[in-house]
Amino acid sequence: MKKLSLIPVLLVGALLIYAAEDFPEWGSPSAPASASPLSSHFISNTGVDTEVPNMVTAVLADYRGFDTMFETVVVFIAGMAVLAILKNSSGPNSKKKIFHIETEPDIIVTNTVRLLIPVIQIFAFYVLAHGHVSPGGGFQGGVVMGASFIMIALSWDLDTALARFPVERCTVVAGLGIILYGGIGLLSMFLGGEFLDYAELANIFPVSREMARYHAMLGVEIGVGLTVTAIMFSLYANLSTEGRLKGGL
Amino acid sequence: MFEDGSIINELFIERLNYLIYVVLLLIGLHAMIAKNNLIKKLIGMSIFQTAIILFYVSVGVKEGATIPIYLPEHDPHGSHASHSDGNETEQSNHGPVVLDAELVKGYSNPLPHVLMLTAIVVGVATLGLALALCLRIYQGYGTIEEDEILAKIEGQEMGTKPSVVVKSVDSSKPATSQSAKPASKPKGSSSPSPKRSKASPRTKAKATSPTTKAKTSGAKPVSPKRKAAASKSTTTGSKKSPAKPKTAASKSTTKAKPKPRAKPKAKPTARAKATSTAKKATASKPKPKTPKK
Amino acid sequence: MMENAIAWILIFPLFGSVACAILGMGNKKICYPIAVLSMAGSLWAGIEALRQVIASEEHTISYIFGGWTLDQYPRGVGIEFYADILGILITLVVLGVGLIVAIYSKLPVQEETPGKEPLFYTLFLLQITGLAGICLTGDAFNLYVLIEVAALTGYGLIAMGSNRAAAATFNYVMLGTIGASLYLLGVGYIYIKTGTLNMIGIQQAIEANGLADSATMQVAFVLVGIGILIKMAFFPFHAWLPNAYCNAPTTTSCLLAPLVTKVMIYVMIRMVLSVFGVEFSFESTMWVDVMPWLVVVAILCAAIMALAQREIKRMLAYLIVAEVGYMVGGIWIYNYYGFIGSIFHVISDACMTLCLFLGAGLILRKAKTTKFDGLRGLFGKMPLTMTGFFIGGFSIIGLPPTCGFFSKWYLITGGMVSQRWEYMVVLMFSTMVMVVLFFRLIERIHLAVTESGENLGHGHGDLGLNAEQTRFDEGPLSMLIPLLVSATIVIVVGIYNQDVVSLIEIFLSDYNLPRGTGH
Repeated sequence: MKKLSLIPVLLVGALLIYAAEDFPEWGSPSAPASASPLSSHFISNTGVDTEVPNMVTAVLADYRGFDTMFETVVVFIAGMAVLAILKNSSGPNSKKKIFHIETEPDIIVTNTVRLLIPVIQIFAFYVLAHGHVSPGGGFQGGVVMGASFIMIALSWDLDTALARFPVERCTVVAGLGIILYGGIGLLSMFLGGEFLDYAELANIFPVSREMARYHAMLGVEIGVGLTVTAIMFSLYANLSTEGRLKGGL
Repeated sequence: MFEDGSIINELFIERLNYLIYVVLLLIGLHAMIAKNNLIKKLIGMSIFQTAIILFYVSVGVKEGATIPIYLPEHDPHGSHASHSDGNETEQSNHGPVVLDAELVKGYSNPLPHVLMLTAIVVGVATLGLALALCLRIYQGYGTIEEDEILAKIEGQEMGTKPSVVVKSVDSSKPATSQSAKPASKPKGSSSPSPKRSKASPRTKAKATSPTTKAKTSGAKPVSPKRKAAASKSTTTGSKKSPAKPKTAASKSTTKAKPKPRAKPKAKPTARAKATSTAKKATASKPKPKTPKK
Repeated sequence: MMENAIAWILIFPLFGSVACAILGMGNKKICYPIAVLSMAGSLWAGIEALRQVIASEEHTISYIFGGWTLDQYPRGVGIEFYADILGILITLVVLGVGLIVAIYSKLPVQEETPGKEPLFYTLFLLQITGLAGICLTGDAFNLYVLIEVAALTGYGLIAMGSNRAAAATFNYVMLGTIGASLYLLGVGYIYIKTGTLNMIGIQQAIEANGLADSATMQVAFVLVGIGILIKMAFFPFHAWLPNAYCNAPTTTSCLLAPLVTKVMIYVMIRMVLSVFGVEFSFESTMWVDVMPWLVVVAILCAAIMALAQREIKRMLAYLIVAEVGYMVGGIWIYNYYGFIGSIFHVISDACMTLCLFLGAGLILRKAKTTKFDGLRGLFGKMPLTMTGFFIGGFSIIGLPPTCGFFSKWYLITGGMVSQRWEYMVVLMFSTMVMVVLFFRLIERIHLAVTESGENLGHGHGDLGLNAEQTRFDEGPLSMLIPLLVSATIVIVVGIYNQDVVSLIEIFLSDYNLPRGTGH
């Protein structure tokens, strides 16, 4: 079987290498991707359209914001599907023995973490908000924030972390993130533009059209961050306990 | 050999990044297809998706360009300090400005990075979901090696699981909607067995129904109690049933009336034994997985 | 507000699903009304969009999210939803099937996945969002994201069943990820050569730069093609489909079976016609010679494997694989009538597969089995269900006036006119096989003959069952009415097929397809 599976793999490889000769040179500024009007528009006009210095965030949250909304939906789906797969799945006849290791949380670890977690969470907020100016944004900030909750679960135990952020609240927060993203889009639509046309928000807020895009991007990134945080922690809680939400790592 | 235009130069030197990603992709693809362990397959999936991400990122490289974030002098909100000659610094604020073509060349293409942010997130979501599936499979089958899982599935279909689809009404057990499908393998190699299994329940049903006389000796030793003892316990019934299906069929036609009443109750038990004896019956033919008689 | 109808098609299910997730935690019973209302709203928006598309000049709507309109910004700066007649028709099919299955789902969801209704409906509505978005989008990378949305929700919906379902889903995950990632790689190859992701922009770039001969574009075509073929379960990449659809919960298979593979056929049509263009796909590549033969092998193997099955759902799953072969063949015989047949078959196959799977779900619920042997006497017990089920069956065979007859008519016309005799012969052969399949089923149910040939009755219609088992005992109304509605739709689409075909012809008039004796 292993030898037989080499044949399609090598065929795919041959196919891909056959195409590689036709590629533009690596890094060439005249490559179609780098020289296309699309790319040039992004680089030259992001400042004028959105007043956001980070082109990647501008493209992600504004020009291609619809894609990002569905990316957030994908994260939400992952969390919901894991819940759906693992809920009530290990019944009374589960074959695995559950090893209970009774230990106290270590004093050094807990005290260090107690000092670190606030800093990490503030850093998560910073990454989220500063995504307009430096590399960062909603996904990155959300992951750091989710990691801070996982760190609580790792240093104490999962019950302590779940006491602060129960799985039901995770679902609600994740849903709120998507509602925030979609809500900003809906608001723009009600104000006369297309869905996710942030410039229309200038009709109700006292800012210019470009700054409306700037601020709406921040709102959208916050929505993304909420969803990612909640789902990261929910994924950890479900996967480490096989859905039971007791015990775990 | 290494001059411009030869294949070595073109493939390996000018376009080395593309070759590397192809190698990574093939490693990932091979792992997904060939490995037995489910977790190793997932690792292969991760490597596969990473290779594609590397490809896209390498598309966006521009020689001599900086990252796609405006430098302070082009920053739309920016104010930059410019040193004039007299050692004084002036701050000059400028609004957003459209960059001209020369300056555009100084920045990298932002689009592939954006696309790959999305692709990474989608990959992580798929990985999370697949890990949950692995957990569920481990709970159900006790193993995460693919060949063992397949063997257990076939064992369940041949053995205790009857053809009646069980709808679980208690939520403690996972809802089982399996039905014994001996013909489920696409090769259809087990399709003879449904024929046998259909024949032999008639004998078993007659054995358990109160109105029938247990004339068929093949059914006698097999009692309903032993049905739960999976597929390997009945021995005597197996020897008789290959000889008996024709006679059993003829006998069943005369016993048409009492069978239907017995059938619904006896069916689960009959099917269990039937499929087990069917397996034994076909085991008399040379088959790689003959259980011990 | 109504000019945003295209956006409302997606907004209703999206917000409905989040509402199900959040509100369902408090009260499980609220999820079913939310799901039905979201689907109804989305269908209403879809009908409104169809009206706008037909009324517009070029029969297309271009809707750019984010307000990056084409007069001020280059094409592709924003994500464009490009809805032409084909896209809107398939979207309406998706929404209609979704509404019918949503109404049907009330009882099966409670029984098969108790306690998980909110999660089920969340994933259900997001699946519809993904599928409807695939049919409308005009951006190649957005298509990838929406394919993944549809795929991930599909994995979740299938794996909610038993452990066997989880094992089948794992195979589906592996194959589905390979397919989607190959598609993504193909889009990357397209991007490296054309520099844009917008579908119309890609076609313009291919024409403008003469990229038809470039090896990269040929390989991109192959990669995109293989990715889509894996996701649509074209033989030999079909291995995930029978296990996944048979072990899934009833409602899941009713939702996924009619829709997922057909939407992927739509994606293939879109790639071949709009993205790569007719000249590139059919005249610059060699696939127009090779694909019909692959299609012949696919249909043959799928039909023969369907013959070997002894259980309704598995037989239907292999029939889906065969129908996919029909539609792919209709595309690749490179003929006007073939395309009409293929597109009309997408619509009709969705309807008839829906009908069949709804019927199978009802049979499963009442007869507690889907093996052929357990179905005796069902004509008396559940006459309405069996009528609906067999209307779907006759449509698959291709009897007038069901829609299956007309779609097969166009496909055979296409095969004849383009002189692709192999395709015609295999169509006829597989029709014979399907006749055998369904009439054997009728015989099993109506007569008293079992699998092994025993006659359990005493003749003269006696099925060997007592009065208890033949008493009239239909399924519940919430499941029966959707089945009858879908059976009616199968017949209505057949009777009014000229209206649908005239719409398809408006769409195809933009493309230069040969009508006479082929290439």
